[in-house]
Formats: sequence, structure tokens, C-alpha cells
Amino acid sequence: MDFNYTEEQLALQDTLRRYLAKDYGFEQRRALAKSAEGYSRTHWRQFADLGILALPFPEEFGGITVDGGNAVDNMLVMEMFGRSLVLEPYLTTVILCGGLIRDAGSQKQKKQILPAIGGGELLMALAHYEAQGRYQPSHVASTAQPDGGGFIINGAKAVVLGGGAAGKLIVSARTSGGTNDSNGISLFIVAHDAPGVTLRSYATQDGARAAEVKLTDVRVAKDALIGTQDAALPLIQRALDYAVAALCAEAVGAMTALNEATLEYIKTRKQFGQPIGRFQTLQHRMVDMLMATEQARSMTILAAVRVDANDPNDPNDANDANVTIARRRAISAAKAYVGQSARSVGQSAVQLHGGMGVVDELNVSHYFKRLTMINATFGDADYHLGCFSDSLLAA
Amino acid sequence: MDINFTAKDQAFRSEVRGFLHTQLPLELIDKVRGGLRLGKQDYLYWQRILYRQGWGAPMWPREFGGTGWSPVQQQIFDEECSGADAPLQLPFGLRMVAPVIMAFGNKSQQDYFLPRIVNGTDWWCQGYSEPGSGSDLASLKMRAERISTSDGEHYLVNGQKTWTTLGQHANWIFCLVRTSSSGRQQEGISFLLIDMQTPGVTVRPIIMLDGEHEINEVWFEDVKVPVQNLVGQENKGWTYAKFLLGHERTGIAGVGRSKRELKRLKVIARKETSNGRPLLEDQRFRDRIAQVELELMALEITNLRVLSAEGKQHAPGPEASILKIKGSEIQQTLSELMMQALGHYALPWLPEALDAGWRGEPVGADYAAPLSGHYFNFRKTTIYGGSNEIQKNIIAQMILGL
Repeated sequence: MDFNYTEEQLALQDTLRRYLAKDYGFEQRRALAKSAEGYSRTHWRQFADLGILALPFPEEFGGITVDGGNAVDNMLVMEMFGRSLVLEPYLTTVILCGGLIRDAGSQKQKKQILPAIGGGELLMALAHYEAQGRYQPSHVASTAQPDGGGFIINGAKAVVLGGGAAGKLIVSARTSGGTNDSNGISLFIVAHDAPGVTLRSYATQDGARAAEVKLTDVRVAKDALIGTQDAALPLIQRALDYAVAALCAEAVGAMTALNEATLEYIKTRKQFGQPIGRFQTLQHRMVDMLMATEQARSMTILAAVRVDANDPNDPNDANDANVTIARRRAISAAKAYVGQSARSVGQSAVQLHGGMGVVDELNVSHYFKRLTMINATFGDADYHLGCFSDSLLAA
Repeated sequence: MDINFTAKDQAFRSEVRGFLHTQLPLELIDKVRGGLRLGKQDYLYWQRILYRQGWGAPMWPREFGGTGWSPVQQQIFDEECSGADAPLQLPFGLRMVAPVIMAFGNKSQQDYFLPRIVNGTDWWCQGYSEPGSGSDLASLKMRAERISTSDGEHYLVNGQKTWTTLGQHANWIFCLVRTSSSGRQQEGISFLLIDMQTPGVTVRPIIMLDGEHEINEVWFEDVKVPVQNLVGQENKGWTYAKFLLGHERTGIAGVGRSKRELKRLKVIARKETSNGRPLLEDQRFRDRIAQVELELMALEITNLRVLSAEGKQHAPGPEASILKIKGSEIQQTLSELMMQALGHYALPWLPEALDAGWRGEPVGADYAAPLSGHYFNFRKTTIYGGSNEIQKNIIAQMILGL
């Protein structure tokens, strides 16, 4: 048992911390959120140079270690990103889409895509969720009809994170079965400018970007298919679990920074002739924020360690149903708990800042909004509490 | 970063499990599992079995007769003992006074008292709270005046302690006493070990809300205590008292025990029915179980984080307060859900059913009798060991610098 990062991880953390402190200040970030693209190509290139865009990939595809980094590396990066409210679409490009290609892509797909992501040349987005399906991963109404050697895709995808900036999309569509069936879902790589793809891009509440994606008779070749036809749901779930673990870490980073800001504020803000942090009501609320954050951090560690189970390259592990159940339970537990903590820490931070908590010019409201949106992403606290709760019936 | 137990830890777990399988007496298992009363002899029986195995003091360093186990091993031991329905090893001697004697006592105190704790000769109780000094512990008034008599130097002790858990079984009490009234009130406190057989000591029961005799008040009237029983320096007792409270707090996180209770709650929720179906299928109830399980999962990791950060001799820091707050809240929630699971059968009060020898007909399910009383009793957990509000003050001051 060891809760410490390795020397390499600490070095990476340090590099990132210094970079973000210097070049990702609150005002810089605020301007970026209001810019046309909503992120910075300069930062993205820097991330590529630091090696983090290839962090989860094996060496032969541009990564820095033989097997590629693990979810603990992702946790470290995402926590730092959470602290600085980083806007660049790392989660969707590197963790979600890069992870899917790494785990399930053909050799050709890996060669084509992973080094391009790692080098900072390619952004990607996962177009999976649909408006009617809420957070249910098996809900796919979009279809992919076989056509000659390839497929014709039709459907609509909801709130595709980073969709507008993506050069390629990974689209889920049904190749057989009914809308909510577990079997019959397939994944395809689709160019953002393929005929029939329309994107309506917009800003999100937290300053990032997302898009509504419509697919009308979009033709893809056979080699656009990722993995086995009809059998994509376990791949999607695993990728989403990775993303959830990463989101938890981002939330912990944001909560930590928000607590620091709030603590500083209540130590300096004076009312009734003394710092408001002298008042016990406020002290206890601050303690609750600290405890919620530390407990959320523990759950995030659990999620990061458990999500690395079910390694698809290890046949024993990949097919072990018990390992899958343990992984999914840990992920839902973490997302539910972190979602609840993010909500209470965010709300308390705003409350303790008084009027300053509800203005745009201070970072507090921006952390609050990001934490709120993290809860709403890939299943909120109620959804994941439900998943976890239902797993008790089987246990 | 690795939250898995090492192969060595796993082997240790098997060893503990094997030991419990052969050495934990069935009669004790039955009592603990059934939530029945445990008497002095039950606790001593188990302590002596552990002592014979060399495991009498799992949290002590080897030089004082402990196991020298790592914090993680201690956690494994605690979890396995809880899971096997072993009686709790009471904290008053092992976790409270012993660390103080080790850190601040002199050699002859260490040589005399420590072996008697680990082998079960002495039963210790805690003399901290007084009727006028609860959360404001430093305001305590029990006086100890230094006197010279024909048989040597003594403290003459007068006053009252209260909330003394299991004091009715104890032959020793460690007390915070006032040896000076000048200066800050924290600076006039001393840490004194008192033989309860000394003339002038009177123990009176306090019956708790569940009808049980678990706590007491202890009166001291001209009690003569040899000065050799002072621990450390006179008027430095507040430092030792706080040191002790840190040790107490880690103990009461109670992760192993709560894991066992959570399992029990799930078993009960499968047996109880609602609309002809197992209560566990009632989503409202199941979600409440799920919620407390999340809290416990997080606490388990937080506890391990604190333990592994804590070096071997390092005293528990203010993080222990987080463990106390979260641990006690979880224990209370679990006890409440178990009571709630009984529905109507939360109501019957059958104190006789809590005796191991009772052969009467149970009212309701055979597991029902202790659960409501347990819920009532467990309101104490957020009050004792420094109330949770006091813990928050500690965190605010020591961690947040407020």
C-alpha cells in the first residue's frame, strides 16, 4: 500500500504546476473562455511538448513509456487541470477517444491516430450520448446500415464535448437490436467534415465548448469500424469509466483550489471588526468543505486504481465479470460521492464569499460552475448512486 | 500509488484469519453477533487469548510488549477481528493510557503498568470529564494537593469524574487533576494514575437511555495517591491529555466494525419484507444503504491514507479528527438503518433478551431485540472522545489555521 506518486509522476506534476502557474492564470483563462475557439492552440502544442497528450499511449505509438501511462497518471494531470480550470479538450481527445483507439483500435487505426493525438495535431470527440437516453450508455437510437463494404450512419448526438474543435469524431450507432439493447452497438471513426455531418457548436456554462451533432446519410468505409461490430458497449463503458475517473480527479483539483481561495478569503475579509473566519459557523462550514474534499480525494484514488482493471490486453482480466462489476461499482461510487461533494463544496464556497461569490470577476464562481457541470457530465450523483444502489441487489 | 495490499499483507491477513478461526471462542462470537451483553469476563477472556498469542497489544511497539505491526497490519487485524465477531479490545488501557505512559512515563511506570495492561491484569478507565467540564475540559476542577505524610509524599485528591465508561469493572483510573490554579487553566493540570481500591474512591452507576449500565460517575474524597503515580511533569498534563485524545480518535474511526455492520444491515434488509418483497428491493431504503456505503468506502481509504502517512512512532495528527467525525457519523447511520429496517419491531423493549443465557421466545425476528437500543446507545459516538463540534474546532485551528 502506497499513496505516494513515483519520482517520475512528481516530476511531471511539478512541470505542469509551473507551466500552469505561469501561463494559465485566471485572467488568461477567462479571456480564453471568451475567445472564438474557447481554447488555446499554443497551450495544446505546449502540452504535446510536455508529453502529456501521449501520456496514456504505448511507446510504439508516441507515448513515453513501454505500456503507456495508467489512470493514476491521468488523475495527476486532471487534478492539476482542475486546479487551473484548464479548458483544452484533454479529457475528450486523449482520455476518451485516445483511450478507445488504444484499447480497441486496429493496428492501422492506432498508427494513424495515436501519434497524431500525441503530437497535438488531432483533436477528437466522442459522439455517443443522445437526447432521449439521458445518462444510459446503452441507449443508442442512431443507426449504421451496412452499405456495400461500409456503413451509412443516421442519427443525432447530444452535447458532444469538444465536438466543434474535433478533426475526427468517434460515433456510436446501432448495427442491430433495439434502442436500449446492450448488443448491437458499433463505433465508427467519422471525419468532422464528412458529407452529412452537421455540428452546432456552443459554449457551455463553464466556458468550455460542446456541440449538437447530426448525422444524415453519412457514409463511412469498413475500416472506420472500431473493434467488433455490434459489440462496442463494453468498450464505451470502459472508456466512460476512464473519463469518469479523470473527471473525479479534475473535481478534486478544483475543490482543493476553491478551498484554498475560500480559506484565504475568510481569513482576510473583515466584518464586525474581525476576520469572518473567527466565526464558528463559518469555521465549521469550512471544515465540512475540507472533509468533503478529502473524502472525495479518497474516492478518486479508488476510482483511478480500480478503473485500470479489465485490461483488454490481458485476456484473463478483460473477461472476468467480477472484475468488471468491481470496476463499475467503484466508478459509480466515486462519481456519486464526488458529485455530491462538488455540489456542497461549490455552494459553500460561494456562500462564504458572500456577494463576491456571485460575480464573474472572481475565480470562485468559475470553480463553482465547473464543479456543477462536472456533476452533470457522464452521469450525475443521483444516476451513479442509483447504479451503485442497484448493484447491491446482485451482491 | 497502490491501494492493494502487498503479498506480505495478504499472508498476514490469512494468518490472522486462521488464528481467529481456531482461537476465537464460539460463545464470544454468539454474543457479539447477536448484539448481546458482554461482561467483564468476556473482554478479559478474549484479551488473554490474544496475549497468549503475543497479540495482546496490536498497536504497541515491540519494545513495550506490543506486536510492532505497521499501521496497515493493525488495520487488517482490526478488520479481521471485527469481521469474525470478536469482542472489541477496549481502548482505555491499550490505546489511551499506554501511549501516554510510553511517551511520558518513567521507566518504573512503564515496567509496572504496561505488562499488566497487555496481559489483562489491570482494567483501566478514563477520568477526564467532570460534571462542569465536558467540551471545556481544561476547566476541570478535581483537586490534587501535594502533602507529606509519614508514609511518604502524596497527592490528596478531591472531586468528581463522570461518564466513566465501564468504570464499574476497573481497578485503575487515569485522571486529569488540577495541581495549580494560577496562570492559564491548561497550565495547572496534571496526569495522575489512581488505584481505584484506594479508600475514598466511590463508583456510582449512570443508566443510559437504552437501560444499560455502561457509564459511571466516580467520586474522590481525600484519596491519597503516591507521587510516584504522577506521569511526566506536574502541571504538564494538558499536553499529555491532548496526545491521548489523538490516539483515541484514530481508534474510534471504527472502519472494520462498520464494514461488519454494513454487511449485517444488508442481511437484515434481505430478510425483512415490504409489500411482500425483500426490503432491499425498496429503492428508497436501498439508496440509503448505498449512501452510507459510499461514506464508508471513502473513509476506509482516508483512514489508510492517514495511517500510511503516520510514521511508526509519529503521534496521530489533527487529521484524526476527520476520521472521528466521519467514523462516528457512519456508525450512527448504520445503527439507525438497522433499527428502521425492523419496521414495527423497532418498538418492543426486551432487556432480558440481551442476556446470552436467555431462552425465551423472541418478539419478532431473532436479530431484532438489540437493534433499537443500539441505535439509542450510539448517539454517544458523536459526543464522546471530544464531540464532533469540538473536532471541527480542532480542525479549524490546527489544519486550517483559523
